[in-house]
Amino acid sequence: MLTGATIVLVSFAYVGLLFAIAYYGDKRADAGRSIIANPYIYVLSLAVYCTSWTFYGSVGRAATSGIGFLPIYLGPTLMAALWWYVMLKIIRISKANRITSIADFIASRYGKSQMLGGLVTIILVIGIVPYISLQLKAISTSFSIILKYPEVVMPDKAGAALFLGDNTFYIAMLLAAFTILFGTRHLDATERHEGLVAAIAFESVVKLLAFIAVGLFVTFGMYNGFGDIFTRAAEVPQLYALLMLGDASGSYTTWASFTFLSMMAIMFLPRQFQVTVVENVNERHLNKAIWLFPLYLFAINIFVLPIALGGLMHFQGGSVDADTFVLTLPIAQQQPILALFVFIGGLSAATGMVIVETIALSTMVCNDLIMPVLLRLKALRLNEKIDLSGLFLAIRRGAIVFILVLGYLYFYFAGEAYALVSIGLISFSAVAQFAPAIIGGIFWKSGTRTGAICGLSAGFLVWLYTLLLPSFAKSGWLPITFLSEGIFGLDLLRPQQLFGLSGLDDISHCLFWSMLANIGCYVGISLLQKPSAAEHSQANLFVDALKQSSTSGSRFWRGIASVDDLVALLGRFLGPKRAREAFTLYARSRGEKTIKALVADADLVHYTESLLAGAIGSASARAMVASVVDEEPLGIDEVMTIIDEASQVLAYSRQLEQKSHELEAATNELRDANHRLQELDRLKDDFISTVTHELRTPLTSIRAFSEILSDNPQLDTGQREKFLGIIIKESERLTRLINQVLDLSKIESGNAEWHSSEIDMREVLDDSVTAVSQLFSEQNIALETSAPSVVPPIVADRDRLMQVMLNLLSNAAKFCERQDGRVIVRLTQEQDALRIDVIDNGIGISPGDQEVIFDKFRQVGDTLTQKPMGSGLGLAITREIISHFGGKLWVTSSPGAGSTFSFTLPLRSGSKFQVPSSRSK
Amino acid sequence: MLIAEDEPSIVLSLEFLLQGAGYEVTTARDGTAALRMAESTRPDLIVLDIMLPLLDGFEVCRQIRANALLGHTRILMLTARGHQRAVEKSLTLGADAYMTKPFSTRELVLIINELLSSPAA
Repeated sequence: MLTGATIVLVSFAYVGLLFAIAYYGDKRADAGRSIIANPYIYVLSLAVYCTSWTFYGSVGRAATSGIGFLPIYLGPTLMAALWWYVMLKIIRISKANRITSIADFIASRYGKSQMLGGLVTIILVIGIVPYISLQLKAISTSFSIILKYPEVVMPDKAGAALFLGDNTFYIAMLLAAFTILFGTRHLDATERHEGLVAAIAFESVVKLLAFIAVGLFVTFGMYNGFGDIFTRAAEVPQLYALLMLGDASGSYTTWASFTFLSMMAIMFLPRQFQVTVVENVNERHLNKAIWLFPLYLFAINIFVLPIALGGLMHFQGGSVDADTFVLTLPIAQQQPILALFVFIGGLSAATGMVIVETIALSTMVCNDLIMPVLLRLKALRLNEKIDLSGLFLAIRRGAIVFILVLGYLYFYFAGEAYALVSIGLISFSAVAQFAPAIIGGIFWKSGTRTGAICGLSAGFLVWLYTLLLPSFAKSGWLPITFLSEGIFGLDLLRPQQLFGLSGLDDISHCLFWSMLANIGCYVGISLLQKPSAAEHSQANLFVDALKQSSTSGSRFWRGIASVDDLVALLGRFLGPKRAREAFTLYARSRGEKTIKALVADADLVHYTESLLAGAIGSASARAMVASVVDEEPLGIDEVMTIIDEASQVLAYSRQLEQKSHELEAATNELRDANHRLQELDRLKDDFISTVTHELRTPLTSIRAFSEILSDNPQLDTGQREKFLGIIIKESERLTRLINQVLDLSKIESGNAEWHSSEIDMREVLDDSVTAVSQLFSEQNIALETSAPSVVPPIVADRDRLMQVMLNLLSNAAKFCERQDGRVIVRLTQEQDALRIDVIDNGIGISPGDQEVIFDKFRQVGDTLTQKPMGSGLGLAITREIISHFGGKLWVTSSPGAGSTFSFTLPLRSGSKFQVPSSRSK
Repeated sequence: MLIAEDEPSIVLSLEFLLQGAGYEVTTARDGTAALRMAESTRPDLIVLDIMLPLLDGFEVCRQIRANALLGHTRILMLTARGHQRAVEKSLTLGADAYMTKPFSTRELVLIINELLSSPAA
């Protein structure tokens, strides 16, 4: 059975486990083997977004508005899609400037303004308190409920005394103790807490598993799966409405404003900024988070509707608060282990949020609110103290307790009037006020400090008036007439119908007015002003963060400083030992052996300031550094000059980059050209080798027979004449070959002479047939011609066309060595060309050979037993000639069935010969 | 003696020269014919052109060397290319000698006489 002692024991054991994880994480980090340096831990730590609001409240909201709980998770999912640009920029800026909190970020952007940092901190403390109280409420409620196991009894707050008489107060103080132990054991310049992040990631796993466990239990244990729950719910009229996308799930404006609020919250809630930006180990982890984090949100939301419907059907009559269904359903079903697991899951969700949120807040309260004030109070003589690091820790611990007490008070006075979700949304609305200053700040250089201060203040005041104060009024802490009649009885100032705006839910109403005031003031006042030098330099650092190197901050400083002063300054805030370590490290990076050898130049001052910024915030750091060095103020003109120079350097480096791209392109072109040259060279070598071979063959016969004739004077006349005939024939072959090589090379190189005139193709045909008739009749080959009676004249070189015809005819004769050889020459007129076919009935050409016969020195005759006489250049030359006149030459054939060589000559383009384009040189 | 050569006038000159030197001569006009003839006539020597149709001289040389029945056959490669590579390849494939076209007829007869008088390897 679950007794109070068991529950408390298990809770403490669980917290002990968290400590163990955090301790291990810190040890590993000190040893340089970070356990959080992987994207999955990073994503799980981002899931600190899912608090007890998600764990208990989503079901509560789903019970009243169906899928109306979804926008809170839709927003982050949408925002995550923009992270690769927006969040990456914020992370890079923060790392470059050692920014440790959202207040620091805004203050730093607007000229390291202490006032702005303080304002942001105040807004956050007030804005986040309701959110923290929400967690307290969840823990306290769930604790009360599980204590009553196996009964399902709603906790009754009446009778609980403030502070010591109230369990919730003890819970708040225990949380404060955890937070102090987790977050402020020592002071670190980077404000990074590796162990804490590991523990938070672990908690994210526990709460997800606990929620899914309940979901599975309800869906498959109490009902028969999703279908069963939804079918049964649809039979109940009230529940049926929940399943529809009707009024219950909220109007379009409600969806839009909730989505927008959660988009801002995922970036600007102090705890989200802490885990996403400050604790980020490697900006590449962001890439995985962009899709994994939405997946986590999806997983934790799958069972929200089934649990809500199951609870509504199980506890009829509204006796049980829907916010508690996650816990009360297992209790009602007598599942002690599951109930305990759920309680631990809820505890995880709540403690994770409270711890990270209060650590982030306490850092801000200390760095941006209290320290600037203390350092100004001369009476405290803090400037003379040697080591302030102890004081820092004390302030932070005090701030943690203070924030949790505030949360407790809000819970005590206002908590009961609202459901979990509504309380959370009040905080979201406060956080959304940072959106203009931050998003404007990283994309718009003209935003000014005054603009940001005015915008934030205006938005915050509207939020206070339209959302926070009404929450007090509803809980009876302020007179309720404040809501119905407005301040001073002015109807127009009714906080939830400001200036008569009605018809919106109170969150959308607040969002509308606060954003109007905020953006209006920020943009309006920024446009009216000229930014100061400091603002200008910071604006450039932030807006151009993705283009610049991270060290550019030191350029905006000029003055005289001493190394000892800087060491002493840093020592006061980080402790002398850590300060010396930091400077030694710096000296080593500069190639110096000792701190003494360092020169207090702009870089060192900037280094000191950025280290200090990690500990006390950029605004305070700026003030501290300014107090120990003798600075020459930079005028706006000088800053502009520096920026101009920087942008010139940037422009120059872009030019260089472009040049190097061009160079690379040129190199590639050269490489390609070289390849082509090599290929051409290889072709040339092949050509020469083939020509040589073709020349050697007739020469071999000539030489052999010459020597035979010379060595054998006694040969009879018949043999002598036969051998001499061979010599003459081979000499002719040699001459023909040489002429053709020269001819082809002339045509290919464009040096051939062309004598074009208007000619009648029929005449060319007739003449060529006459020229070969002797040869054909010798070989017994029939030769026929067919042509229309009239064809249009073409403009071409007559001799060249004769050469083409003779070549094709002699080829045809060569392949027709059978007795019934027959060759037909046919001239036809096509649409805009003349076509000539030379058809033979010879041996034909195999498909493979058809592709290569037009190459130089290809002789299909190689496959014959009787090798045809020819140079192998005829068809190559023919093709060159035809293409010179803009025509085409091709062959159709099948082995054994004869071949048809065809070519066309264009009719109209005849007068304008095109340079042959088919050959590359 | 086998002449494997596809150029008719060169075949004619070789036939005249070798018959004049007292050898019995058969001819083949392509690579496969050369192999077939070599197996059937088992010549003492083959004058082998490299650029043969169907099967080139290198391949003919390789197959003859792989044939135990033709162990005594000498091979004289004829090449119109004169590339050092072709020469080296001929010798590694087992040719006994090579000549570049156009060749000296006297030298050809001398080399053939010499090849046939030396003992088989």
